[in-house]
Amino acid sequence: MSVGPPVLRLSGVSKAYPANGGQSVQALRNVSLEVGRREFVSLVGPSGCGKSTLLGLIAGLEEPTDGAIEIATEADGTPGQVAYMPQRDLLLPWRSLLDNATLGAEVGGGDRAAARTRARSLLPSFGLEGFADALPHTLSGGMRQRAALLRTVLLERDILLLDEPFGALDALTRAALQEWLLEIWERLEAAVLFVTHDVEEALWLSDRVYVMTRRPGSIQLDLPVGLPRPRTRAVRGTPAFAALKQRLLDALLADTA
Amino acid sequence: MNTHRVARIAPALGVLAVLVGAWELVTRLAAVPEWLLPSPTVIVVEFVESLPQLAPHTGRTLLEAAIGYAAALLLAFAVAALIDQSGLARRALSPLLVTSQTIPIFALAPLLAIWFGFGITPKILIVALACFFPIAVSLAGGLRNADPDMQALVRSMGGSRRQVFSKVKLPSAIPSLLSGMKIAATYSVIAAVIGEWVGASQGLGLYMLRASSSFQTARVFAVIAVIAVLSVALFLAVDVVGRWIAPWIYVRTEEAQT
Ligand SMILES: Nc1ncnc2c1ncn2[C@@H]1O[C@H](COP(=O)(O)OP(=O)(O)OP(=O)(O)O)[C@@H](O)[C@H]1O
Ligand SMILES: [Mg+2]
Repeated sequence: MSVGPPVLRLSGVSKAYPANGGQSVQALRNVSLEVGRREFVSLVGPSGCGKSTLLGLIAGLEEPTDGAIEIATEADGTPGQVAYMPQRDLLLPWRSLLDNATLGAEVGGGDRAAARTRARSLLPSFGLEGFADALPHTLSGGMRQRAALLRTVLLERDILLLDEPFGALDALTRAALQEWLLEIWERLEAAVLFVTHDVEEALWLSDRVYVMTRRPGSIQLDLPVGLPRPRTRAVRGTPAFAALKQRLLDALLADTA
Repeated sequence: MNTHRVARIAPALGVLAVLVGAWELVTRLAAVPEWLLPSPTVIVVEFVESLPQLAPHTGRTLLEAAIGYAAALLLAFAVAALIDQSGLARRALSPLLVTSQTIPIFALAPLLAIWFGFGITPKILIVALACFFPIAVSLAGGLRNADPDMQALVRSMGGSRRQVFSKVKLPSAIPSLLSGMKIAATYSVIAAVIGEWVGASQGLGLYMLRASSSFQTARVFAVIAVIAVLSVALFLAVDVVGRWIAPWIYVRTEEAQT
């Protein structure tokens, strides 16, 4: 699926956190990866291996200790170039769903009225119709995740960084949202870097899957998925899918041994 | 929910009724002289009779309390924002703010009278001083405790420091600010009254002082009752305004109570 030069390239990125008591925590070591235009790439790895840290670096929230992050859209490391969806939904509790969704336009100084109109027009496809004025605490967990995703999509960036967007949801809601995310992505023409613990989720959604090692995290496997699109649920039952899943699990388990 | 609330305060009201009843009974049975301890009914009668004089004094005291409170609120906002935005200001002012709470502000009333005379100014100042600290401390704390992930979210969108402050920190601080404002509201009336004790031409403090020096004990009690009711009313007013401007705050606590 990846054609032409990548929209995102990390070369030799490391990140250490200073810890009290001298010894620093090495969260990431020498991570290199690429995401192509309109490519859907997943990042899987054990808990604490530095996946969220990596997204935070790409989003410009922190500086890498070492290495370079290149973003093709406007090539410097300042925040605001990529659309970042953090691990927690972080909907602001004092804002209605619509005001949360349009936070990006407000912060970026864009046309607020236009952003609101666009947000309203997207509510139905995000399954949030009729909830424009609802405060976050009145929404279900799945609705909150979709609202956070709507906020991310409305940033209208070429790169979406999604940090375990479906991590806290039940299996049924999760399956429904996965299908729905693929649909959205196909219309969006954006590249996605998707963090998850779930190897099946990663395979079913992605063009490529990166497997990380335990902390300090680095890339141990770059697995092209190559399953045809559009994908149906039935793909999960095929031998090709099973073989890919086995490779991912082997990589993850070999690392824990 | 309303009946729920009535049910919650009913026991407290019951205790209050028993206490007032016992007071009435003791003063009557033991024939306590009125100048020493008037019975509740005598106090109520006195209250009704002195209402024409009480009203303007109450108005004056409320005016002092309101102006002082507003001044305290503005100053507290400025200081808390400064502490939040500048590391130097935080290191310079935070320890002072915390320790200053142990200074008995009301003891400054005579000094303020020496410096500013017996007009309305020293009363406003004492109210402002008394109200400033709880508001500033609670607001600064609320700003400091704003969710760092929410702040990071706004930064990831390219938000400036000012946007992080206005879109995340300030709204996050509202619950804490409101609790400081409630404490300050209860301080405001008594601060004005103490300011008036030192010397005034009008106000509940003056009216109370005159009544006590002529042994009109029932009138003293009536004024105390007015002060108490005003303090509670202002506290509730802040609470109501808070529920109106920040309805999301009360969701979690009310869920937790059921
Ligand atoms: N601000 C920080 N200061 C110090 N250490 C940190 C900080 N942020 C992350 N770390 C450390 O870096 C490591 C990686 O954390 P990170 O949140 O990136 O893991 P993760 O892969 O996203 O885990 P999970 O799958 O559980 O979300 C952890 O050991 C964590 O303790
Ligand atoms: Mg994480």
